[in-house]
Amino acid sequence: MEIPTIVGAGLIVIGASLGIGRIGGQAMDAIARQPEASGKIQTAMLIAAALIEGIGFAALFAA
Amino acid sequence: MEKLIEEFSFGLFFWQTLIFVGLVLLLGKYAWKPILSAVNEREQGIKDALDAAAKAQDEMAQLNASNEKLLQQARQEREQMLLEARQFKDKLMAEAKEQAQAEGEKLLAQAQAVIEGEKKAAVEDLKKQVASYAIEIAEKLLKSELSAQAKQDQLVENLVKEIKIN
Amino acid sequence: MKYQRIIFKVALALTMMVTAGVAAAESPKENHTGGADLKTEIKEYIQHHLQDSYDFSLYSYTDEQGKHVYVGAPLPVILWDNGLQVFSSAALHHGETVAESNGNFYALAHGKIYKTDAQGTLSYDDHHHITNPKPLDFSMTKSVVAMLLVGALMFFLFRGLAKSYAAHGGVPQGFARLFEPIVLYIRDDIAIPNIGHKHYGKYMSYLLTIFFFVWFLNLMGLTPLGVNVTGNIAVTFGLSLLTFLVTNLTANKNYWGHIFWMPGVPLPMKILLAPIELLGVVIKPFSLMIRLWANMSAGHIVLMSLIGLMFIFHNWIGSSLSFVLSFVLSILELLVAALQAYIFTMLSSLYFGFANEEAHH
Repeated sequence: MEIPTIVGAGLIVIGASLGIGRIGGQAMDAIARQPEASGKIQTAMLIAAALIEGIGFAALFAA
Repeated sequence: MEKLIEEFSFGLFFWQTLIFVGLVLLLGKYAWKPILSAVNEREQGIKDALDAAAKAQDEMAQLNASNEKLLQQARQEREQMLLEARQFKDKLMAEAKEQAQAEGEKLLAQAQAVIEGEKKAAVEDLKKQVASYAIEIAEKLLKSELSAQAKQDQLVENLVKEIKIN
Repeated sequence: MKYQRIIFKVALALTMMVTAGVAAAESPKENHTGGADLKTEIKEYIQHHLQDSYDFSLYSYTDEQGKHVYVGAPLPVILWDNGLQVFSSAALHHGETVAESNGNFYALAHGKIYKTDAQGTLSYDDHHHITNPKPLDFSMTKSVVAMLLVGALMFFLFRGLAKSYAAHGGVPQGFARLFEPIVLYIRDDIAIPNIGHKHYGKYMSYLLTIFFFVWFLNLMGLTPLGVNVTGNIAVTFGLSLLTFLVTNLTANKNYWGHIFWMPGVPLPMKILLAPIELLGVVIKPFSLMIRLWANMSAGHIVLMSLIGLMFIFHNWIGSSLSFVLSFVLSILELLVAALQAYIFTMLSSLYFGFANEEAHH
């Protein structure tokens, strides 16, 4: 049985959004704990999110 | 993916690159460089002003400290001077006392000496006077005694008796 | 502020629920009133909107005779096909007629120009792909015009800002002053932390230009002009190619050392890591390209679909709700426009930072 690629794309999107959601949530926690480091945390958060997003897109287009 | 490659328009890519590179160069020369240098200059100016203010404050504090130090020194000096003056006064007073005492003693001694001399002279005088009185009395006595021959003889005899020939 | 947020959230949730409900309720009705036809039309319209076009059309309508009328300006078409072929896109009539230039014939199909014969016949292969030859196309398309407009706007804006510094003794005046904090933000919070104090200077022009270029183009895509420039793969490819070139051309020895001969790991790992790292060099700008393109395209698709929904619903409740939703989404897209420009700049500067990292082992 062949799984349609759209299902794979959906799975990728679910995975990527879970990952980005986790990054965002953890970053919020970190900022709440150390508001003075919010700039650094934001930068790190964006980079990590962007990397996951990149993988997500790459897989999405491969699909 | 395939669709993307098909969609890719080389002409658009070409124009985009051209426009963008041109924009980077043009803006870099005419906009970003002057903006950034102006901003840097302004920031440098603010930093300099702040530095100057901090330096002035520092100097002020230093001045205050040195003032304090000077005051302290002056106070100390005054204390020292007062102390010295007191010591000097004490010394002076002691000296004066001593001198006065010495002088007094000397005067006393002199007075005593004078008194002693006077006394001596007076005694001498008295002695002389007494002697002269005695002589006078003796003379008178002798005169009256020796006016009688017998008595004279008597005397001689006594005297002779007294004389012992050794 | 807090109340506003709560109200906003509640409104959004309500809108979504009601829209979904109405959509479910309405869908059977649409099926027998020719809604499917409208849907394909909207789909085609969105598809068309996402693509570049050879003329700057503001809107189009169908007149009483059933003829398409386009309002806008034609743009020059520049082709390289046995010499330079230049003609106005008006000659193509939006794909309705065949244009002729120096004895060559060109037809517009699916937003691309193909070389044809005088009748404009197009031949297809088994997969419905057009097999006609494509001339090298350097046309001044809608996107090129948009980029030129943004370029001119940026030049006048920032030239004005630069001049106002000189004129007012270091304190800018006027409208361009709004952008000074952004310039400072890019310098202090993007360039310096990522690249370092020593090297950031030489990248500032590039970073500032790319930020404002992408931002303004993103914003331009949200205007009624609807030019989807940053949602075009050729444009994002060009931008990320430049980041790739700048990164690798200014890279120092340490950077290449980390790619080909990772210090501090055993020999087999070094051999294993080299191809991975080398792949990473390409993947980094590739992800930049895909990210910007996908975000902008997706934003446009969703926004256009919501606007299209208004016509599909064709009733007071559904249409007004999808209007509200598309309005809210437009505001979100404003944020995305700035965010994507920021991320592009941020990641570019991060890569420049990698290229300039000093050895510290």
